[in-house]
Amino acid sequence: MKNGFTVFVAAFVAFGASWLGLVYGPLKQLGVAKETTVLQLGDKWPVQRTGAATLGLQVYRGNGCAACHTEQVHQTGAANVISITDLGSHKSSDLKDFITSLMVVPELMNCSNAITGNLAGWNGELPKVLYCGAQDTVVSLLGDKLKAVGVKTEPRVITTGTDIARGWGTRQSVAADYLYDSPVQLGNLRAGPDLATIGVRAPDLNWQLQHLYAPRSVVKDSTMPAFRYLFTVQKIGTLSAPDALVLPKAFEPADGYEVVPTPAAKELAAYLVSLKNNAPLYEAPFTPITAAK
Amino acid sequence: MNPTENKTICSSEIDVSCRVPLLALFGGAALWLVLGLALGIAAMLSFHKPDMFADCPVLNYGHAQAAANDLLLYGFVIPAALGVILWIFARLSQSPLALPIVPVVAANLWHVGVLVGTISILLGYSTGHPWLEYPRGASVLLFAAFMLVAVSAVATMGFRLNRELYPSHWFLFAALLWFVWSYGTANLFLVCNHPPRGVVQAVIDWWLTNNFLFVWLALAGVGIAFYFLPKIAGKPLASSGYALFGFFTLVFFGAWVGIPSGAPVPAWLPTVSAFAALLSIIPVFALGIIARKTVWGANVTCFGGPFCFIRFGMLSFVAANLLYLGEFCPRASRVLDFTWFNVGVTQWQLLGFAGMILCGAIYEILPRVMNKELPFTKLAKLNFFLFAGGTLLFVIPLLIGGVEQGMKLRDAAVPFADASAVALKFLRISTTGQLLVLLGALCLLLNILVMTIQWKLGLVKCVIAAVTAPLKTSEVKS
Repeated sequence: MKNGFTVFVAAFVAFGASWLGLVYGPLKQLGVAKETTVLQLGDKWPVQRTGAATLGLQVYRGNGCAACHTEQVHQTGAANVISITDLGSHKSSDLKDFITSLMVVPELMNCSNAITGNLAGWNGELPKVLYCGAQDTVVSLLGDKLKAVGVKTEPRVITTGTDIARGWGTRQSVAADYLYDSPVQLGNLRAGPDLATIGVRAPDLNWQLQHLYAPRSVVKDSTMPAFRYLFTVQKIGTLSAPDALVLPKAFEPADGYEVVPTPAAKELAAYLVSLKNNAPLYEAPFTPITAAK
Repeated sequence: MNPTENKTICSSEIDVSCRVPLLALFGGAALWLVLGLALGIAAMLSFHKPDMFADCPVLNYGHAQAAANDLLLYGFVIPAALGVILWIFARLSQSPLALPIVPVVAANLWHVGVLVGTISILLGYSTGHPWLEYPRGASVLLFAAFMLVAVSAVATMGFRLNRELYPSHWFLFAALLWFVWSYGTANLFLVCNHPPRGVVQAVIDWWLTNNFLFVWLALAGVGIAFYFLPKIAGKPLASSGYALFGFFTLVFFGAWVGIPSGAPVPAWLPTVSAFAALLSIIPVFALGIIARKTVWGANVTCFGGPFCFIRFGMLSFVAANLLYLGEFCPRASRVLDFTWFNVGVTQWQLLGFAGMILCGAIYEILPRVMNKELPFTKLAKLNFFLFAGGTLLFVIPLLIGGVEQGMKLRDAAVPFADASAVALKFLRISTTGQLLVLLGALCLLLNILVMTIQWKLGLVKCVIAAVTAPLKTSEVKS
């Protein structure tokens, strides 16, 4: 190659393509995203944070909390599940025969082995999972057929994955969850647990504050550094401060002193409590346990 | 200037033209490397003793780790690479550095930018975007400084005597172009008053991170290695055609990697990245094979010399980048996501690949530029062994610990605390390695520092000699 022009053009095209694909494309697709709605309830999602929690996001950023904590739940799959919740007037053995006779319906033929397998050895204990798989037509069809004979069933969408099993969330995180975050701090290391639903798991502000001041006073094996610099240790005046922390003996300051959170600590706690990515959305459906009852 | 006049420019004249800019770039880089590694060790102390910095916000893990990472990338790797690029362009052009004062100014601007950025992060003014933590004030300085160096480098390239381009030209020129483009884009979108809403911010940041840690490091590191390896081995590069293939596949595929699978973004993004990561294995292997074939059978004794550095760097290039690309395989990412593995790979790319090649290049260039032997040649050799051993001891425990941690994280029956605890013992070994790398970096700093002081003393002596010299009789007025 005689001159730099060819290299320049080639590099320019290569980099330009990547820029168009991974910067401009997502900007066009996601940059204009608006609130979505929660399935069934129709509420707006995500929920706008309170003032303190919005400030708390900046405390989270400033202290680099995202260096050790992620804010994203992963799931490996989702499934449509139908289970029998009430036999009505039927006996389980009769119902077994009835369901087996349904297997000639074309929609059910593909999964007849799975359904009869689920029923094998069933003695009538409830609830009984009939089908767990990808096809929602199977669930609705079985539901209709059983309803017609007076058997009550419950259709659900469940999510699977380690994060879900650990109780870190009920569904995977999706783009819509981060609409009001700036900066968006997804994190890339789980030296500490995921925080996407910490507001559901630990909704108590005082617990959050105590955990920030002395992590090992509430979680014995915690490896989290204490954030004592977000608190002030002050002499107790005539009355102790209303927001002073109530700490276990081993973590109390010297006699006559109390631990008071700074505004930054309160904002951070408010932010943590506001992290509740648990609403079922179109792109991340699941059936909440409370709604099913 | 007519060509015949140009030809008489000897290499020492070119080297002298680079002297001040390179000293400014390398000196600062070595200092930032030492500080960055020290901060990195301070950050890791939080894992050995969690409450160590409970009352000291400046050194808490979230601050120190981000500052340490940025010091390695923006403080050490980029200015050192810029210095080497300037020198290589001048040598390849067979002409002195164009506008030599510009990179001197730029180097100082750059170092001020790094200083401002580091202090900002430590005080809690980070932007919160990984690898883009420097706030606006610092990133504007860095951007301006880079543009200035690039102007000087491209001008030098434009003055080249032999119009034919050498493979290093492609890589290093693309590195200059791509940094300006990606750093400019990321800062305009993320470090401004009106960043885009929602998760696009994370996408742009992943794009930038990949462009720096994979594409840019590969362009700069391989470009530099392709200049030095043939020189040291005394053989031509094997061959330019293959290098062109490696270059094009790297820029076309590599720049699409970066979006982790499982990220909360539309599925097409991680899918494209996973596919691009698969294809990017081609340039990684191709460039590694070219380097191997170039030095194959060459009889170079290098016991810790520049050749050792660059050879180790190229081996790290292949190994670290294969692991890096492997992280984007959806199956692997289920285990490796959110573990120390990722940290280990990044440090291998930064220190084991880019850091090694840059150190080798600096040790090769400095004596020529200063026209003087290194003050501590033994320390320079020791530097290699400390770097090589230290990097491996630093990185490999993180990789193994990361896999173990990932296996435990993946199993919901294992409590989370166990997954964290298993990583801790590996972190202890890894910090020892970090310490060795720090000692190596001190060797580098000492060599550059003493060389700079000697040169400045020499200047002072010259001036004194000129002032105190007895006047020639012819100049004395009667």
